[in-house]
Formats: sequence, C-alpha cells, structure tokens
Amino acid sequence: MDKKFEEYLAAGVQAGEPDTLTGYRTFRLGQFQFERDEYFAKITWHAKGEERSHLMSADAFLRALMRDVAWGFFYGWVNFDDVIGTRNHYGNVDLYAGTFNGVLKEAGVDYTENFETPLIMATFKAILHDWVNEGFDPFAAPEETGSAFGNKDGNNEEAIDRYRIATKRMPSMPDDSPLRNDLPVNRHFEDVPQDEPEIHCEPGFEGQLGGFNLFKYLSRSDVTWNPSVTSVCKESLFCPTTEEYILPIFHGNDRVEWFLQLSDEITWDVADKSDGRPIARVIMKAGDIAAMPADIRHQGYSTKRSMLLVWENATPNLPERYESGELSPYPVAF
Amino acid sequence: MSVNIELCSAWFNGILIDKGCIVPNTDVVTLPNWRKTMEKNKVKATKFGSLNDYEKGSIQIISGKASNYAFSNIFEVAAQSAPYEKSVVGMNLKFVIESLKAEGVSPWFTASHDEFVVVMDGEVRVDYLKPDQPLISEDKEGTHLAGDNPQGKKMGYAVLKQGHQAILPAGSIYRFDAVTPGVMLIQTIKGPLSVEKWQSICIQ
Repeated sequence: MDKKFEEYLAAGVQAGEPDTLTGYRTFRLGQFQFERDEYFAKITWHAKGEERSHLMSADAFLRALMRDVAWGFFYGWVNFDDVIGTRNHYGNVDLYAGTFNGVLKEAGVDYTENFETPLIMATFKAILHDWVNEGFDPFAAPEETGSAFGNKDGNNEEAIDRYRIATKRMPSMPDDSPLRNDLPVNRHFEDVPQDEPEIHCEPGFEGQLGGFNLFKYLSRSDVTWNPSVTSVCKESLFCPTTEEYILPIFHGNDRVEWFLQLSDEITWDVADKSDGRPIARVIMKAGDIAAMPADIRHQGYSTKRSMLLVWENATPNLPERYESGELSPYPVAF
Repeated sequence: MSVNIELCSAWFNGILIDKGCIVPNTDVVTLPNWRKTMEKNKVKATKFGSLNDYEKGSIQIISGKASNYAFSNIFEVAAQSAPYEKSVVGMNLKFVIESLKAEGVSPWFTASHDEFVVVMDGEVRVDYLKPDQPLISEDKEGTHLAGDNPQGKKMGYAVLKQGHQAILPAGSIYRFDAVTPGVMLIQTIKGPLSVEKWQSICIQ
C-alpha cells in the first residue's frame, strides 16, 4: 500500500481492499457507500428500510468530487447532480442523497448525514487518489485530458493536488500570491495579449503600488471552473476563473453571488435550490453582469474556454441571515 | 505509451518542445487520440467587449422575475453615463462593482480601504498621491472626492490597457486620465459617489 493511502487510513478513512477485477477500492462514510467500476460511480444508502442507490458516470463524478475537495466544500450546496451533493456548514458538512430533489424528498427515499470536515475531506481525497487514473485530469476540460473509464491504471496525484489560490490583497504584491508567468498560455487563449501594465513607483513607495495583466493571468490558468482570488476589498472577493465544457456541479449558494462575463459566452441553467425545478436560463456575453440569487442553484455551459469573474461576499454570518429571512434572496429591488 | 500531462503542457502549442518533457526512449512519440483531436481542432477567437462593440446576453424565464438577476452590460452602462460617473452594476450588501466611462481627466478620489480597478476597454493612466494624513477616517467606506488640488507626495503612476488591473491603495489619492473613451470596473464599497440606476440598466 502506498504511503499516501496509509495517511488517509490513519485519518479514519474506511476503505476496502482493491477489487480483484477492476482494481478499485470501495469506501464507506457513515451510512454511505461509494464504489466504482469501469464506467460508473455508485453511491448507496438506506431509506425506508431499504437499500437505495444512485449511479453517476465516473468522469462526471470525479470532476464534481475534485471541485468539492479543491474548494474545501465551497459556499453552501455543491450538488454533484440532481441527487448527490454536500452542504458546507464551515466546520462540518452534510452529505445528502435526494434531499434536495423534490420527487425523491417527497417519496421519503432521501438521506442526509453530517460529518466533521476533516473526515469527509480525507475520504473524498482518498476516493480521488484511488479512482483517478493516470492520464485523466478531473480539473481539465474533456478535450484536454484522457479517459476516466476502464479498470484501475496508475494515478494522477499531481493533477488532484491543486488548490484554490489564497490571495491577501492582489497577486504579485509583496508577500502575496504569484503571477502565472511559468504556466503556458491555454490553446483557447493564444490570441490574448500578454503585455503587462506600466507601473512606476517613486522612490520610497516601492511595493505600495501594483498591477498586472488579469487577462494574461487568466489565459494561463491550467484548470477549468476553479474560482481563485485576485483582489480583496475587505470581505469582497474577486474570484475569476476560466471555463470550458460544463461546470461539474450544480452550485446552490447560501448567499448571493455575482457573475461578470469577461470574455466569450456562458449559458447558465438556473433551478430552484431546494427541489431542483428549472426556473431560468441566463445567457451571458462579454461585459454582462448578473446576480445569482440566494434561493437558486446554477450550472454553467461554455463551448469556448471563457473568462468569468465570480464575485463573492465572504462575510461569515450571511447563511443565517438569508435563511432567517432577514435578507432577501435577491440583491437589489427596483 | 503513457503521457505525463503536466510536464508535456508545451504540446498545447502543437509542437513538442523541451519544457521539461520526459520523452520516452523512442524516435517517434505517439500522441494519444484525444491529444490528436485537440491539436487538429481550430479555435475560436477570444471575444472581449468594448464601448463600441458589445453584445448583450439574455434571460429565458421559466418562472419568477427577470429583475431577480439584476442583469446589465457594463459597456452599455458606461456608454450611457457621464465620464467617471460611478454606476453600480453589482451590489452585495455594502460591497459594489461600479462601471465607469473613462474619458479625459477625472476628479481626485480617495478611500480608507483598498480599492481595485480593471480596465475593460481603452487605455487609462492612474496617478497616485500619498497625503501626510489620510483624508478619510477608517469608519467611512467607499470612494470619496479628495478635492481639486489635494496635497501629498507623488507615489507614482500606472498605465493600464484592456485586461490590466491595479490596486488603489487604502489612504492614497488617485486620479484617472484617458485620452480616448474607455471602460473601467471598480471594486469598492458603496459610497457617496456610487450611483444606483437599476431600473434603467437591467433586463426586466
């Protein structure tokens, strides 16, 4: 057994032995069981005294799981699809099956279990470690990577060990996150100018002024659908990202967030947060800005790799204020 | 053969160059099928917007109101605003994103906290001054006017083109100058200069 896996077991992860045919391990987390075969991830739970199960395509499951891990369970609800997902309580996390699906919930076949963040995080990382094969990068767009399918064939630890970039004020400022000059320009952004702004500091003010080419920085992003902070104004965070193919999760936020389309085009499918009913499609082109209200879930589609500014308000007590009705789910009334 | 994706990122350019690539001990490198497809595919040009060339998207409503999404286009808003008018296009409680048309020389501004500017179209010069004492107390948020002839040491300047971002440091005094009309985004907190006009900018 490799050393990394022993660390996961030491952290309390429950894993079975590798399957003799497929080579993959099965994992248990509370009452949930996760197993995979050549094509599918299978999640099993119990409700109404019977076993219930749900299948997801292995590639879709691993892309969703990758985001949930890299984002540290993010804000609010991370729906892997219309059945499975997590809800972040910032210290502990709900894992649910069918709880936010109107039909399954009404039938009473849904199930939710709460876990301390370190345990569910270690389990999800162990699943990625075991189920992501060499040549498959769950952070990449489908055209950029190999297959998630088939029996176990190596792993891709490098690809799954990437995290959100932590920025204190702005990349490139003293003691802050770096620029991306050492990453190659993505094939979809080869026409994006790579010049940097002119910044002149008078003697004595070195390091106090700063600037960089944000579009160049984004053109060199090596991952898709991964908001990373590029400017901090108190709790207001600009988190731009590059998008291609489909957002691997359906995100239901516990607060309002905003999207500003910086280049090209994204279509957002918007659905009711609690039962999944479709309620709108929002088509955003360069320069468009729109709010995602606090009572919806959304999933984006981007044919060409595009630049998106995700704008978050990281104030800690917002979920309670939206849930109690103190704050409207819509950011402005007019 | 298997390919190390991370090390062979130089393949994005269609040519295998020695960017730390581990090439197996063979004369001919066989690309996996997905790589061949990727390299054959032609790529669309990246489309940015500008004051004179933008296309607004749309909302297809199934239920609820279009106004819930407060959907506008920053170029359209800037085109309809006076130079350096701070039009609010995004608001999350007290925090705002403002769209500004840059044209000519702006007033001097200041704030008690960091603000940021991203130039979305055109070219803008930003001049910075450092006053001996901050003009605005810590408890006042948002952008404030700094007067016609503020006193302070010259900190320097920035020249920003499309896609360039700069910090407007807390306590500094700054001014914009654009020879031709351009568009800027400002990340800040709602202040006395922020103009809300949702009714006239949003899809309803």
